[in-house]
Amino acid sequence: MSAISVKNIEKSYDKGAVKALKGINLEIEEGELFGLIGPDGAGKTSLFRILSTLILPDSGSATMMGLDVVKDLWKIRKIVGYMPGRFSLYQDLSIEENLNFFATVFNTTVKKNYHLIEDIYVQIEPFKKRRAGKLSGGMKQKLALCCALIHEPKILLLDEPTTGVDPVSRKEFWDMLGRLKAKGITVLVSTPYMDEASRCSRIALMQGGNVMEVESLSNIIGKNNMILYALRSKEMHRLLKDLREFSGSLSAFAFGDEHHVRLSRDEEAEELYAFLLHRAHEMVNIRKINPEIEDVFIQLMQEQHS
Amino acid sequence: MEKVITADKLTKKFGDFTAVNAISFEVYKGEIFGFLGANGAGKTTAMRILSGLSYPSSGKAMVAGFDVYEASEEIKKNIGYMSQKFSLYENLTVKENIRFFGGIYGLGRKELKTASEQLIERLQLGPEVNKLVGSLPLGWKQKIAFSVAILHQPKVVFLDEPTGGVDPITRRQFWELIYEASEQGITAFVTTHYMDEAEYCDRVSIMVDGAIAALDSPLKLKQQFNAASMDAVFLQLARGAKRSD
Repeated sequence: MSAISVKNIEKSYDKGAVKALKGINLEIEEGELFGLIGPDGAGKTSLFRILSTLILPDSGSATMMGLDVVKDLWKIRKIVGYMPGRFSLYQDLSIEENLNFFATVFNTTVKKNYHLIEDIYVQIEPFKKRRAGKLSGGMKQKLALCCALIHEPKILLLDEPTTGVDPVSRKEFWDMLGRLKAKGITVLVSTPYMDEASRCSRIALMQGGNVMEVESLSNIIGKNNMILYALRSKEMHRLLKDLREFSGSLSAFAFGDEHHVRLSRDEEAEELYAFLLHRAHEMVNIRKINPEIEDVFIQLMQEQHS
Repeated sequence: MEKVITADKLTKKFGDFTAVNAISFEVYKGEIFGFLGANGAGKTTAMRILSGLSYPSSGKAMVAGFDVYEASEEIKKNIGYMSQKFSLYENLTVKENIRFFGGIYGLGRKELKTASEQLIERLQLGPEVNKLVGSLPLGWKQKIAFSVAILHQPKVVFLDEPTGGVDPITRRQFWELIYEASEQGITAFVTTHYMDEAEYCDRVSIMVDGAIAALDSPLKLKQQFNAASMDAVFLQLARGAKRSD
């Protein structure tokens, strides 16, 4: 049995004017750390709200541990922990009070499930008397995760927990998710940061209400192979413009300190090099590379648009 | 080279907490300056001072030729600002937003007309100009917000995490707008959590615990820290941080 099963879910807002989810399908196994990767507007939050039984889909169906998101909402709420993208704990309750409140609502105690939150809670415990509204972003996030875990959920839904978080704290947060996965909790987490895909057992690439691909990171990259070259020259900005003007370029984008160019044949790489010398570029460096997740995402986006 | 921002031992204290601890740096005309740091390192506090929104506790700073103590109103007129959190009014159309912000920035009717026509053409907005901003995809909003923030040709534009949550193609198109602005002589002072974007900057500073721990071009920083990427440089510096957000 899948932990989460989504079949042909559609959801629109404003009387159909905004189509947030356009018939998506997903099967997530028990114990997976599954990533929904995509930019704002991909439909990630709508899917979370449907799975956490907060809104109804227009059509299609979904189950959580075999329970139907429409018919069995009360049962689902007992086994799901949900951390929304926007901080939604009680601002005027302290850390301690928020945690006790959520434990009580779910008819349990902090003591009983302390083992689940211990390694996260110890980091905020020195401030346990402080009101949630007065906490920094990083501490709010840790408290929200504790509150989502305190009733020992089977499935944890995390909507963009790392958005706006610096790279060091993001790595720490993913280490924490790895430890929850090791405890057997199924974790569905969304993120706009593509580099976080490597931390997931499998990922779904989402864009404009569609799931473009569902696989492990290495399978997605293997499946969407492309002829890709990384380039540098003395004038990087002019280089990018010229790369786009080369007749053989399928696409050209900046990637950190290099530009990535997709070609249709390897033979074109030499032509490209000659073309750049002709355009008076100096210190041109060109090498063949394997695609990264962002290369794949860009290619899938372009295919979807054409 | 003309200096657009100078900070000299700039410090901001809140009670006994030193949010910004004697930072000194200079930013030049047309430069793309990356202002990086972990959450809680003091970036936002420093940016608020430089954009005339708050006074420092001590130290000096000049922005666009004006002193942050004496001429914060003049600073506000000579800078642009956009962030992911605040950009445009969602329930106004694109055109109305352009007119509104153009007015705020003090553009005359003729100037505003020319500037808004150029903006609409450059972004290839077409029929979208009469749509409510709230109905547009985030990537569009951010590109329009940036163009609006430089409508009055400021000396410097402050960009606070402008590309958070934006798709990888739009994120890159956004940076191309920054390059264009920089070629026109507008300085971009930008924060980001995407380390590949740090590579797009002319120079980068990295704040740790209220102080500037490193400042140089991405290439030199990578050499200095013997790191393959800016991500690795950032990790080396920020891991040593004592305070976190």
